[in-house]
Amino acid sequence: MKKGLSFYWKLFSATFSLSAFTFGGGYIIIPLMRKKFVEQYHWIEEEEMMDLTAIAQSSPGAMAVNASILVGYRLAGIPGTLVTVLGTILPPLIILSIISIGYTAFRDSVAVSLVLRGMQAGVAAVIVDVVITMAKTICKGKRWIPIGIMIGAFFCACVLKINVVWIILVCGAFGALEVLWRGKKKKEETP
Amino acid sequence: MIYLELFWSFVQIGLFSIGGGYAALPIIQRQVVEVHPWLTMTEFADVLTISQMTPGPIAINSASFVGIRIAGIGGAIVATVGCVLPSLVIVLLLAFIYYRYRKLTVIQGILDGLRPAVVGLIASAGLSILILAFWNGNPVSFSLPDIDWIAVVLFAFCLFVLRKWKPNPIYVMAGAGILGLGAYYCLLI
Repeated sequence: MKKGLSFYWKLFSATFSLSAFTFGGGYIIIPLMRKKFVEQYHWIEEEEMMDLTAIAQSSPGAMAVNASILVGYRLAGIPGTLVTVLGTILPPLIILSIISIGYTAFRDSVAVSLVLRGMQAGVAAVIVDVVITMAKTICKGKRWIPIGIMIGAFFCACVLKINVVWIILVCGAFGALEVLWRGKKKKEETP
Repeated sequence: MIYLELFWSFVQIGLFSIGGGYAALPIIQRQVVEVHPWLTMTEFADVLTISQMTPGPIAINSASFVGIRIAGIGGAIVATVGCVLPSLVIVLLLAFIYYRYRKLTVIQGILDGLRPAVVGLIASAGLSILILAFWNGNPVSFSLPDIDWIAVVLFAFCLFVLRKWKPNPIYVMAGAGILGLGAYYCLLI
């Protein structure tokens, strides 16, 4: 991949526009990034994007910032990281700076709250869309363990309200144990 | 040294807010309301409301808002940089480890466990936003007038468009905002 000025500009404008639309919590950045970097630019692979999501989720700090650090590093090392982080923090910095001047008017505006109510439904649709696509990828393997982990993680987060950090740690440990156990069994079978 | 204080407070916020979003709230509140007299509790509640109405992570939004009120644009920049710094160090380290060792069997195993978990977690976040949109923040009930039917129709329409034509999600969200404004406004008058 050529890493001229135009590449960095593309990277910056991509993260800037994504960050300007991360309404509704950090998770919305994942479908947006997936669409841009996996489907549109073909810079990152589908599975890799899931790995990066897991790393972003289990690290301290905001999900959107962490995800953009990872994408920047993957595409262009440390300079890429600086570009994507700048692109991610500028929109909130600019918007909040402007709003802090007359924020009571903004907070109480009827038009703004109506637009936001509409966008909430749109955000939900974007997340459900990406979940359908990702769940199809998991189910295509027809292996019970990943499907079980997916449903179990959903249940633990949604019904039991367990902190996501614990869910990530347990699922990672489970995956490691499973692969070690499988390796051991294979060794015993082939003396 | 107000800049240094802002910087250090937001470094702590960035470092200890693991688990994203609302997990960060008590930590932010402690730093900007209790440890430092930067915001009153009412102003802090306003920051939360505004954060929900604007894009961007809640920690970064608070950093910009508190920074600019305490020390102008410079303060906003210093607080935001402080907030991002711990992530930058830790996530870069993890990225380095990931790209160096991801071919190892054990790391492969860990990632095989994490990928489906991530899908489950995103599904859970999606469901809570869906509930928020359909019941407009009120408790979930299945009596028909309690459901926000405009939101349900908008959701179904957006999902259909996304599955069928695979457009850029940003346009779908912006379109939903404009349609929502029109539909709710008609309902109001």
